[in-house]
Amino acid sequence: MVARFKTPGFYRALLGTALGGVFATALTWIVRMSTGHATFHHYLSGEAILTVSLIACPIFFVIGLGVFDYWFHWAAGRPTRPEDHSNHGAFTWKDYFKVNTDHKVIGVQYVVTSFIFLLIGGLIAMLMRAELAQPGAQFVDANTYNGLFSVHASILIFFFIIPVFAGLANYVLPLMIGAPDMAFPRLNALSFWLLPLGGIVMLSSFLAPGGSFANGWTAYAPLSTAAPVGQNFFSIGVQFAGASSIATALNFLVTIITMRAPGMSFFRMPLLVWANFSTSLLVVIATPFVAASQFFNLLDRSLGFNFFNAAKGGNVLMYQHVFWFYSHPAVYIMMLPGFGIISEILATKARKPIFGYRMMAFSLLAIVVLGFTVWAHHMFTSGMPAWVRIPMAITTVVIAVPTGIKIFSWLATLWRGVLHLDTSMLFALGFLTTFTLGGISGVMLAMIPFDIHVSASYFIVAHIHYVLFGGSLMTIFAGVYYWFPKMTGRMYDERLGKWHFWSTFVFFNLTFAPMHILGLQGMPRRVATYSAQFADLNLMISICSWLLGLSTLVFVYNIVTSWRGGPRAVANPWRAMTLEWQVSSPPPVFNFDKVPTVVGGPYEYGIPGAVHGILEPAHVGGAREPAGVSSGTHMSGE
Amino acid sequence: MRNRRPLIVTLIAAAIATAIGIALSFIIHWFPVQASAQAKNTDRLYHVLVIASIPIFVLVVSTILYSVWQYRMKPGEELKDGPPIHGNTRLEVIWTAIPAMLVLALVSYSFVILHDNEKKPAREIQVQVTGQQFFWSFVYPSSVTGGKPVESDQLYLPANESVQFQMRSKDVIHAFWIPAFRLQEDVVPGITTTYRATPDRIGTYPVVCNLLCGLGHSTMRTNVHVVSEAQFQQWLKSKGASSSTTVTKP
Repeated sequence: MVARFKTPGFYRALLGTALGGVFATALTWIVRMSTGHATFHHYLSGEAILTVSLIACPIFFVIGLGVFDYWFHWAAGRPTRPEDHSNHGAFTWKDYFKVNTDHKVIGVQYVVTSFIFLLIGGLIAMLMRAELAQPGAQFVDANTYNGLFSVHASILIFFFIIPVFAGLANYVLPLMIGAPDMAFPRLNALSFWLLPLGGIVMLSSFLAPGGSFANGWTAYAPLSTAAPVGQNFFSIGVQFAGASSIATALNFLVTIITMRAPGMSFFRMPLLVWANFSTSLLVVIATPFVAASQFFNLLDRSLGFNFFNAAKGGNVLMYQHVFWFYSHPAVYIMMLPGFGIISEILATKARKPIFGYRMMAFSLLAIVVLGFTVWAHHMFTSGMPAWVRIPMAITTVVIAVPTGIKIFSWLATLWRGVLHLDTSMLFALGFLTTFTLGGISGVMLAMIPFDIHVSASYFIVAHIHYVLFGGSLMTIFAGVYYWFPKMTGRMYDERLGKWHFWSTFVFFNLTFAPMHILGLQGMPRRVATYSAQFADLNLMISICSWLLGLSTLVFVYNIVTSWRGGPRAVANPWRAMTLEWQVSSPPPVFNFDKVPTVVGGPYEYGIPGAVHGILEPAHVGGAREPAGVSSGTHMSGE
Repeated sequence: MRNRRPLIVTLIAAAIATAIGIALSFIIHWFPVQASAQAKNTDRLYHVLVIASIPIFVLVVSTILYSVWQYRMKPGEELKDGPPIHGNTRLEVIWTAIPAMLVLALVSYSFVILHDNEKKPAREIQVQVTGQQFFWSFVYPSSVTGGKPVESDQLYLPANESVQFQMRSKDVIHAFWIPAFRLQEDVVPGITTTYRATPDRIGTYPVVCNLLCGLGHSTMRTNVHVVSEAQFQQWLKSKGASSSTTVTKP
């Protein structure tokens, strides 16, 4: 039993969590006691202990779990075992619950964890729509309702969309560039384990005295700095998500720059790799700003700093500038990886090269640069200096141009192709329509007089869901269906997949399109009760949203049953050219038996005999198990 | 040579869809009543934006539908690939340049509207607006009352006269939104924010707090009463401007 608490694992992690609580209690007690009676009546403060615990317990948990063991060994000057692969690769389902350094295991861990957060966030949305089905107060009070939409947005942004893209890329990207793993596998494991902890911190805020954080995912000061302690759950939860995000982005950047297979120049990289390269640049530059904004809030709220307290010389608008300097690029962090997924799927399923490959890559980089110049378009009505609106409106419409280039290039890719209209292709085509609508309403919102009317109304709610659901989530579904055979070694049920697409597409539009009109008509967002004139549309929206929620169950059923008992997948069911399809499904533990050599572009469809990369002799007979990898249990038979 | 009929059918269908879309955009009641000069400008801008957007959306959707109709895999084509077309520089220049010109034209037009909506008129009255959890209050300064300032929790405005709201918050950020005017601005602690409106339709319209300000946010409502000049003066008098019976306003 004692041994269990000494070796890395969940027992030691729980012990660590308990120690975190003890540490938090001791630290706050010492600090308060040393400050003395003049400041504090009580040396033990529940709120102080809780706040420090929120930071300490997750950190002590991951230390207990063993994420830091290698680094601690090294720092202590003890012998390390650099070639120890005991925590690499999954051989039973239990290995997915351990610290693992295999990018494929981490990728699956990421995707599954994020989808659990999607289901939780979606369920919260169902509760919100139940409250909004009728004008008056139904069954939650204002505080609970404010908590519901705040947690809904925070969970889905920070713990679903951003990490699920990181998870898909974690699995696919090293394979695509012909690398055996990510550049920093242990850092990769740390990135993953911070994620469920941060999500649990945010969700557990519902148990906090005074209720969960209830100031929206934007957490505008000074309302948030005067909120009950639940607000700290947001400020601290974001730090874990942000740290995870930054570490993963650094990992992707180094992996892409240094670990590409011989022959893979930057302009032979698949566009998914380009997309994650661009996204990672955005993450490392922008994410520290949201961390800063929430540290400011935490210090204001818990330690009485006055960053945003106007009465003490604080600057209220500064919060919004720092927050949006991250949160606008974050919109692209949540969209560019999806662009990459769509490029892969359209080329493969239309059997044609991506039209204008170089312009597709350059437009990603243009979005990265321009993405940092538009943040104050979220603040047209904030009371900032009026002139700032003019340049921000211009950059905001200009950023539509590279996005338009991408849409038109995808359409041209379809032209004269041979379209395989399976589930992932349907989601890709659905994405093109809904995202175009989200883009159009985005350009409208750049028009200052119009934005002044609809800012913070339901028009914004409609726009953000057309971009993040009609945009990001459509690409995520497309990507999950596309790489499901590679990740699990099984095929999904195509019929159920198509049912899932059509129900999602139809009910998505019926749910969110009417919200544009509600906003134009004058319905504000973030209200639990609204005027009776909006009742009919809201009831219809609520009903459609529940049906949209049910459509997700089709997806869950399909994925779970296919993963357990679907037909075995061959190495390359879509006859794609990129490298991840040239190895078995799922791939061997170290991906490639021999380093592949890249000899051409990634989308050379239509040229007889053209290939993207050559795998050396071991693979001549097809995607059989490579020699040299000692254990083949990870592989599926044929 | 491919059969051109499907393409022609699609183009005609797209033209019809565009026409129907534009017609619908005129039929749909997008907005609440227009009760200010600014509302007329903003609604016109919105209509221009919608009319410019419809052809773009129809272009995207009809290209997808045409491709699905004409290029979907037919039995026997399981192993067939499309032609290896890698790009077309002229086409790429066109679809970079035309959207760029379109959005820059639209944003320039929006600046013209913005300038119209915000330009300072020859004369205007000021109303001081105070936001606090969870109600609005208003002060009519002596320049308006001609005597002592008048405080009120109701908002009365004379029709066809430009008014500048000078807004302050006592606690957190609020937003002073009058949907019928198509105007709003945040009310921020520590600074005074302003906007001006020219109400031009007599009636009563909702005033909405449009920025989450706490538990009572959804109840932080009031009305704006747009009345004739004479009624406005009468109302001011009834609110205690009585100390100065000689209202000297022209």
